[in-house]
Amino acid sequence: MATTPRPSTQRLWPRRGSLGGVAAVVGTLVILVVLWEGYKVLGKAAGGLVPFTEMRLRPPPDDRSMPHVWDIVSAMFEPARRRGEPLFTVLGSAALFTLREAFAGFVVGGLGGFGLGVWFVRSRLAERALLPYVVASQTVPILAIAPMVVIWGGRAGLPQWTAVAIIAAYLTFYPVTINTLRGLRSPAATATELMRSYAATDRQRLWKLQVPAALPYIFTALKISAAASVVGAIVGELPTGASDGLGRALLSYSQQFTAAPERLYATVVFCGLAGITFVAAVSLLERRLVNPGARQRIEAEAPGLMVAGAQA
Amino acid sequence: MTTWRRSGRWFAVLAATVVLAAACGGDDTEGAGDTTATECDSLDEVRLQLQWVAQSQFAGYFAALDEGMYEDECLDVTILEGAVDIVPQQVLATGGAEFALAWVPKALVSCQAGADIVNIAQVFERSGTLMVSFADSGITSVEDFAGRNVGNWGFGNEFELTAAIAEAGLTDSVTLVAQDFTMNALLNGEIDVAEAMTYNEYAQVLEAVNPDTGELYQPEELNVVDFNDVGTAMLQDAVWAEAAWLADNEDIAERFLRASFRGWVFCRDNFDACVEHVLNNGSTLGESHQRWQLNEINALIWPATNGIGVMNVPLWDQTVDVATSQIPDLAGVDIGPDAYRTDLAEAATAALEEEGLDVTGEGWERIDVELVEGGA
Repeated sequence: MATTPRPSTQRLWPRRGSLGGVAAVVGTLVILVVLWEGYKVLGKAAGGLVPFTEMRLRPPPDDRSMPHVWDIVSAMFEPARRRGEPLFTVLGSAALFTLREAFAGFVVGGLGGFGLGVWFVRSRLAERALLPYVVASQTVPILAIAPMVVIWGGRAGLPQWTAVAIIAAYLTFYPVTINTLRGLRSPAATATELMRSYAATDRQRLWKLQVPAALPYIFTALKISAAASVVGAIVGELPTGASDGLGRALLSYSQQFTAAPERLYATVVFCGLAGITFVAAVSLLERRLVNPGARQRIEAEAPGLMVAGAQA
Repeated sequence: MTTWRRSGRWFAVLAATVVLAAACGGDDTEGAGDTTATECDSLDEVRLQLQWVAQSQFAGYFAALDEGMYEDECLDVTILEGAVDIVPQQVLATGGAEFALAWVPKALVSCQAGADIVNIAQVFERSGTLMVSFADSGITSVEDFAGRNVGNWGFGNEFELTAAIAEAGLTDSVTLVAQDFTMNALLNGEIDVAEAMTYNEYAQVLEAVNPDTGELYQPEELNVVDFNDVGTAMLQDAVWAEAAWLADNEDIAERFLRASFRGWVFCRDNFDACVEHVLNNGSTLGESHQRWQLNEINALIWPATNGIGVMNVPLWDQTVDVATSQIPDLAGVDIGPDAYRTDLAEAATAALEEEGLDVTGEGWERIDVELVEGGA
């Protein structure tokens, strides 16, 4: 990234990829580790109670509930099964399995969300009629929908992973629809008038003006969706009885929590890594496709959007 | 249904009896017929819904599948693993599977709610539920629960406990505490007694390091109260099928039971090979934990009084007594003997006996399983 001779990129992303950026990420990690271990030390010193009260600290600061960071890391290099592979390869292949489901859902949800956005921008009626339902769809807890999707999918004879992908798609399409809608409406009135004066067709106006203008918005949504699709895939695995994947690993290792809590925490770390990997891949694609000026504009307009994905 | 029940006990009993007779009935007088398939023209496709992800609790079915025992019976069996929110008997009732495993009391509740299902094989004859406490607490019986904090899982897993407490007359003096999926509350001293399955949570304690000794917790440091001894045990894993489907497919059901029982006999007689089958079906399972689990599961099946899968009627009656006295949804319900049938399991065990297989396992004994830290 730093090698690309694009001064504008350097100006926009001054830290990314540079030593400073790496230091910031590592520094945050160190702070998190210190907070974790510090809570344990202070909590133990306070006898596991909230100071000056009889209330127990939650989570308890003992090693059984909060294993040491180094124990979590070393558990990754030990086999979770005698004579088996080390935990990180088990979790790595589970993460790949989940990412495949998430990617399928992401593609379907992304295209569907884009299609809906285009439809809404061309038809006020469709927007008025359907947008409330699109919004409502996102307030229905995924845990309520997932078992239904699984049962319907099973009856339709679909392979198990498709049910998971559908759930991932369900979490993916909404941000894309909303941001596509906004992005397609973002070109300045003068630009639209110019297209009209050239007698451009609707289709030409869409692909030559609106879509390019919407790309930064869409990519912002895609970054949110990338993280959401991983969440959707993991949550989707819980009621599907999936034979592999991070959701399955979470179930298994939560059952082993009493005896080996490090494994569950290691799995959580891999869930996070899977999300980061996916979002980073989308960011890379964005840098190739979106011109930096446009990206800067949307960052300035709605700074929160870029980080919203982390909360999805 | 709900309004009827409120309008009077008599109505409720009548309505429930009608529903049950219809739902859990089915003609169980007809024999299954002698259709021993020698060679297969085609394979019958059936699905078995488990209660949870692959583990030794279901070893017999995995062994039957991987050893080709289902294929030998001209069956193409798909084992559906359970997960969060999956209720096997509901999957059965919605046509998502031909066979499902379920605990008897939970299935009876589903029956009462209208599920048209029948128990065709009571595979586990004993309950695997324990109440575990530390030896130094001096709790050795239900009577000792008085004045203690007693953990339980809720969600229908607590009725053996509540029945035992009621029987001991301790309903007012025991503090029931919601217990999470770990045993940490017991280990941290937040509760005095914890609910545990012999084949899972109890082993988890023995796989954890005691911070005082630096070694794994030892069985001598723990006391257990076993509901099989208390007398409030309820029957657990059984094979259920939909009554309507069963009416036309008794032959398939009998072949399924034959192969499944063969799988369980295999797991009794070929311990190591059986554990391998289980491990091959889940990459996240620890070996020593699954060995422990199979040993304990074998103890729930063997010895099988009437042959594996054939209902032990006094234990069924005990289950129904506890269920109807403890489970609000079953209060006052008259559960008839047609909620289960023994003919299919009897025919299956008879066929296996003819082959010379031991279907009662009278001489079976636990093996020694060494647990390692974390159940690895």
